[in-house]
Amino acid sequence: MDFLTEVRWPPCAVGIGIGVLSWLSFLISREPISCSTSFARTSGGVERLFLGKKVESKPYYQEIKLVVGWQGMLVVGIVIGSLVSALLSGDFHWQWVPSRWASAFGDSPSLRAFVALIGGVFLGFGARWAGGCTSGHGIGGTLQLAVSSWISAVCFFIGGILMAQVLFKIIG
Amino acid sequence: MQAEKSENMSGKDRFPLIWGLIFGILFGFLLQKGGATKYDVIIGQLLLTDFTVVRIMLSAVLTGMIGIYLMKTLGWVELNLKSGSLGSNVIGGLIFGVGFGVLGYCPGTIAGAIGNGYLDALAGGLAGIVIGSGIFAALYPRLKSGILKKGDFGKLTLPQLFRVNDWVVVVPVAGLIFLLLTGLERAGW
Repeated sequence: MDFLTEVRWPPCAVGIGIGVLSWLSFLISREPISCSTSFARTSGGVERLFLGKKVESKPYYQEIKLVVGWQGMLVVGIVIGSLVSALLSGDFHWQWVPSRWASAFGDSPSLRAFVALIGGVFLGFGARWAGGCTSGHGIGGTLQLAVSSWISAVCFFIGGILMAQVLFKIIG
Repeated sequence: MQAEKSENMSGKDRFPLIWGLIFGILFGFLLQKGGATKYDVIIGQLLLTDFTVVRIMLSAVLTGMIGIYLMKTLGWVELNLKSGSLGSNVIGGLIFGVGFGVLGYCPGTIAGAIGNGYLDALAGGLAGIVIGSGIFAALYPRLKSGILKKGDFGKLTLPQLFRVNDWVVVVPVAGLIFLLLTGLERAGW
């Protein structure tokens, strides 16, 4: 069982594991693995907390429904699974500023958190616009050979590569 | 009557929440072991200096695709596709990409990053994703029959697009991904 305490597994082993996981999730839950709708439900849920039931009648929330569903549990599971893996290998640590970021933009936690917030806004907005994220389109959809997912996945990386170049080569 | 009805419902429920949690735990465990919960690894991919993320994704797609299409051919599973349009997938994909590059996590890996103890993910990124999703929900009525429907093609697979048998696409795509993976391995990425 030594492999469970290793810090890193080879990327292909991890990928094959995720592929097998996608078989099981199709067989058992009839769903591909996906994440981003849960964040939209969270957003609607927070809004409902302040503004009450009328939030549920917004057209978008009529479509996705403000419930804790299978996918919400999956996202909670990811946090737990990652925590368990990191604790087993001693790779868990509290960290505000990733080292690659620090080497280009300094080690200010507030700057990093602010930029992460802005990035998150684009990410959340874009995921809803495209109808999925790197999990739902990037893995779950591409492996079904869905046209929508291949187009989205390619655009995720085009946008991401361009933005990373701008940040690290021009600004940083 | 009421109780009987709800019992029937749960008997038919094909998506018990507990399975979502189990699959999530396994997925999070794998993401962390692969290094995909780390900003440095993800941004390294977008800067094209570290191909870990692409290697994970391609080997997942290769394995997943062969299994799912095998099970589909055997009649064990049905595909569960997202419908799409150029306006939705191209523009949304590019906006997502900008966020991906700025944040350095995506919606799945940010959950893993939080489990790994990364506070920029928790205090910055997570809040941002929730806010961005909320902005979209507010704008949705104005977008849904306009830009999101531009170039609509619905639920479509590549084999359907090319009007061929599934395996005519699965086999060459599998071969191509395999070549890419071996190429990356040889190049030492």
